[in-house]
Order: sequence, then structure tokens, then C-alpha cells
Amino acid sequence: MAKRAKPKTKPANPSRRAVLVPRHRATHRTAEAFDLARCERFLQHEARLLDEGKFDDWLALFTPDGSYWVPSQPDQDNPRDTVSLIYDDRRLLETRVRRLASPRIYSQEPRSRTSRIISNVSIEDGDNNACTVRSKFLMVEFRREAQRLFAGTALHRLVQVDGLILIASKRVDLLNCDAPLDGIVVPF
Amino acid sequence: MSNIEADLASLIAPGRVHRRIYTDPAIFELEMQRIFGAAWLYVGHESQIKNPGDYFATRMGRKPVVLVRDAEGTVRVIHNQCAHRGALVVATNNGNAGEFICCYHGWTYHLDGRIKAVPLNHGYPQGFDATDPKMAMLPVPRVKSYRGFVFASEATDGPSLEEWLGPMRTSLDDMIDRAPDGEIEVAGGVFKHSYEGNWKVYFENLCDAAHPLFTHRSSIDAALEQSDDVYSDGAGEIAIRQMRQNAAPYSFWESQVGIWTYPNGHSYLGDYHDDAKLVAALNDAVFRQYIAALERKKGKAEARRILEVRRWNSNIYPNVSLMSQFQQMRVVHPIAVNRTVVHTYTFRLKGAPEQVFRNAISFANVVNGTGSLVLTDDLEIYNRLDMGMSSEGAEWLQIGRGYQSDIPDADGGRRGKNSTSEVYIRNMLDAWLDLMTKRHAPPVRAAS
Repeated sequence: MAKRAKPKTKPANPSRRAVLVPRHRATHRTAEAFDLARCERFLQHEARLLDEGKFDDWLALFTPDGSYWVPSQPDQDNPRDTVSLIYDDRRLLETRVRRLASPRIYSQEPRSRTSRIISNVSIEDGDNNACTVRSKFLMVEFRREAQRLFAGTALHRLVQVDGLILIASKRVDLLNCDAPLDGIVVPF
Repeated sequence: MSNIEADLASLIAPGRVHRRIYTDPAIFELEMQRIFGAAWLYVGHESQIKNPGDYFATRMGRKPVVLVRDAEGTVRVIHNQCAHRGALVVATNNGNAGEFICCYHGWTYHLDGRIKAVPLNHGYPQGFDATDPKMAMLPVPRVKSYRGFVFASEATDGPSLEEWLGPMRTSLDDMIDRAPDGEIEVAGGVFKHSYEGNWKVYFENLCDAAHPLFTHRSSIDAALEQSDDVYSDGAGEIAIRQMRQNAAPYSFWESQVGIWTYPNGHSYLGDYHDDAKLVAALNDAVFRQYIAALERKKGKAEARRILEVRRWNSNIYPNVSLMSQFQQMRVVHPIAVNRTVVHTYTFRLKGAPEQVFRNAISFANVVNGTGSLVLTDDLEIYNRLDMGMSSEGAEWLQIGRGYQSDIPDADGGRRGKNSTSEVYIRNMLDAWLDLMTKRHAPPVRAAS
């Protein structure tokens, strides 16, 4: 840890409160149908928030009972009977995001930089209120002196609330989920 | 003492250790021969190979081996290497086989490693004998199961497994005792984490009661600030309790935890949770069901005795660490002097409510998960240790906390007067020097 002056006041931590109101209101105002272009725009918006380290804004994309899951095995059935690289219910997801803002998160000292490409987006099933979207991603993470490459498939369960898209659940299947891996800190 | 042995002995001094033992590739090579190539190593659990033909491919040190139940039901550990050209024979992590066949020229082996068939077996020089015991997927000389935990040693003689384990057997017993049916099985997948650092620092950290409050500050703060009123499906509960418990003040870590060490490098850290904070409060329905199942099978007195065994991490030198209360097992695989891979497993307690197993999965995710809010800071420490120790800036490292206050304990053990004593590091280094210099009894306690 680089020695630094102790902050006199606690850093502002917006994720302390349960965030119910998403902040991407401007982009999606009316209850349009889910179509491919709209889902793609949403996923790209999400990827950009993550790349830019706007984790509180990312958290705000989830529903109040949303979940985030990165299985440890290919084709893993559920997060209850097998370990997961990450399985966060809403409560743990808030804790995860709050920790990312901590000045004492040593595994992010120095901070990672990430760059993601989202592609091959398809709507798997759904109606006007909810749909499941499948996409491929590539994420390059640079930290300290090394670059890591992650690839895989994301399954988003998206819902519309008051004309806004929210994530009810997100599952990320890493291509190398069962490989020996150094710590994963920045969300996919 | 030879030169090399005198050199190794000179790297450990009272309360200090030279950084070279963590960073010198020549010392690592010697460790692969004299520690991982000689000592009893944990290989796997019998529940991973329940039926004849079941196999589990793993490593002893850097050597690929196969843990297999042969046609007669005997547990074997054989080198995963073809006697012909040396190729790896078993290429999948686990499965069931009637025989092992090398993919190169089709040399075929019985499950116990003996050769079964050699295609084109003419044309070899006189004296070539496919029935020669050396023409085999060679067996590891000593294989012994302790109540289902399979250990193996490349040394043909030396202490028996029970002698090697000594009082640390009780930690393995504790894992099994907690199952109402007296049986456990590996279940729920495996985590594999890796870091760029030496294998020894991983073991040392598992009994380090002085680091959580500092290293894990970010997850402690985040968990303490977390509202309990938001939606949870229960998955985050154990994780958040665990992170909050790491906030215990230094006074607690000093006096309430306890650190015990035993000959051959073994040690365990006492538990730092109480039931209300972590395992399950007595008013927790699942925990009540579990206790009832335990009492039904074992009687009240025995159930009480079992639940009062309170250990955090038990390190069985040199390659396995277990945590019986949440049925976790970590197996350390040294890859290079500065690269280590750790595989972690969860056990199911047979006869316990299924939710007990699911709690163990949640616990695994927070303490052993590659994306854990806690472990990721430990991995960062292991990486930074190597970056720092590789420097000649400071040659000698301090391992002296508690040096003058450690207390002798039963069974040849030694414990810290304070729980944050570094006695477990000194104890491991004693075993390290014994193995590396083939120093035999009576043990000389150079470091502690």
C-alpha cells in the first residue's frame, strides 16, 4: 500500500443505500418492445460503465432482487450445489460494489483497466416485459505489468420497469472458468 | 553436514529467515526432491474413486500421478507416465477406465500400473521384458489411506503416515466426526487459484491471525456498512458474516483464537467465530436439524464433544490444509519457485441436512473463491511477497513474533502464548530444515 494521508472524512459511497432508481433514465424513457437493437445498446451501455469503473451506476442497472453469477464449471446447473467464482445476491452484490470503491482494496492497487467487446447478441426468449439475451464478450484486463484475456458468454435476464431496462439476473460463463486463475476483482 | 546442508541451515536463524528459501530456484528444485519427493503428501479422497476403475488425475509436487481404485478395489497411486516414451497417459481429470492406454503407441496398462499389452513388441533388444515391474506406470512406493484421506510418499521408508500426522490426525477426525453418518464425500466442484509466488507463503498465511484486520480491510468495511434490509436469497449471508467477523479487534486476535503447532510442520489456528456470528445461531432451523441428526446418530455427549472442537485452518505439512467446520480442503501444488496453484474442495457431511452442504458452498465461495471479496486480497499479498522477496534490498525476514513467549504443549507441540505468534512459521521451517537436510531425530529446534 502506498502511504497516503488518511482522508479526514469517509469517501462518499453512494452504494450504501439500496439503489432503486436507475441512472440511465435518459436513454430509455418509454416502454418500447424489446428488440435486438435496444438490447445491444443496453449491453454496450453496461460494458461502458464497467470499463469506465462506474460500478455504482452498474449496480443501479440491477433490479432490487437482481443476481450476478459466474459459474466455476461449464454447464453448471445452479449456484447452490457447486462452488461459483462469483455468486452474488443483491445484498452481496452491493457489498462487492462498495468494496470496489474502497481506498484499501489492495487487489486493485494499482487499479485494473479493462476493455470489452460485446457481440453476437441474440434474444433467446421473452415478451414485452422480460427477455433473456445471450451475448459473447471479450474482456482484456491490464493490471500492474500484465494483461489477461477473458472470453465467454453472458446471459442477461432483462426486465422493463417503468420503461427502463433492468437486469434481473446476469450469468457469465467464462471459457476458462475451471482453469487456475489469479484473483478476479473487476466484474465481467 | 555437506556444504549444501550447511548452506540451508544458515538460512534460518532464531526469529529470522533468509528470503532465499522463498526465491532461489536451486532451493526449490531441492524441495521437489527432499520434501515433495519424500514426505507424505495428501493426494485425494476415497470418495473421488468410489468404484473399481474410478480415477482422479492429480500431482504430487510437480509429478503427474493418478489416484485409482483397481479392479480388486485397492486404492493405488501411480505415476501418470508411459514406460515407453514417457508420455502422459491419463489426460482427463477424472473418470472410469478398465485400463489405461497411452495415446502414442498404444502401450496398455492395468489399473494398478502393471503393463498389460505392448503392440509391436518384437524388435526390442534382447532383455526387453514387458513383465519387468519397472516397465509400468510406476507405483508411488507408499500409499496409505487415513479414514478415506489418501496420502502417498515417494520414500520407500520413513515414518508411517500415522507417525507423520501425529496429533494432527484429530483435525481429519473432526472433519469426519461432523457427519452424522460418519462418512464424508468430495462434492460441489473445485476452485483452482494461482499466484506468482512461492508455495510456502500460502501455508504460512492460513494460520496468520495478524493479517485479516489489515489485509481484508476493504471487505470488512464494505460488509460492515452493508444494509441487511435489502433482498437476499440467503447466498450472501455466510459471506457477509465471515467478512464482518474479520473486523474483530487486535485484542481479540491476540488472546481469543489460539495457535497450536506439532512436530513435522503441522499447525492449526483456533476458531475465531462464535456460533451466533458464523456457523449458525442456535435458533437457526438448519443448525437445529443438524444437531438433532448428530445427536440421534452419535448420542448427546458425543455430539457435544464434536461441536466443541473449534478449529479454523489445520495445516498438514507440506501440502494440505483443511477447515472442518465448513468442510473445506485446500491442496497446494508448487509449480515453480515463484508460481503456485491451489485446488480447494468441499466435502458433504452424510446424514446432515442438504442446507448444511449448501452453507459449505457459500462459505467456499467467500473464503476460497477466485472472485471472492476476501481471497483476492490474499492472492495480492502472495504476489507482492514474491515481488518484494526477490529483491536483495532486505535479505533477512522477520518471523520472530512470540519467539520468547511460546509455550510447550502436549504431544511434542508448541503453542503461541498469543494467537498472533509466528510460531507456526518457525515450526514449518523446522520441518523444512529436517526434510531438506535429512536431519533426523532428535529434532533440533533451530528456529523456535
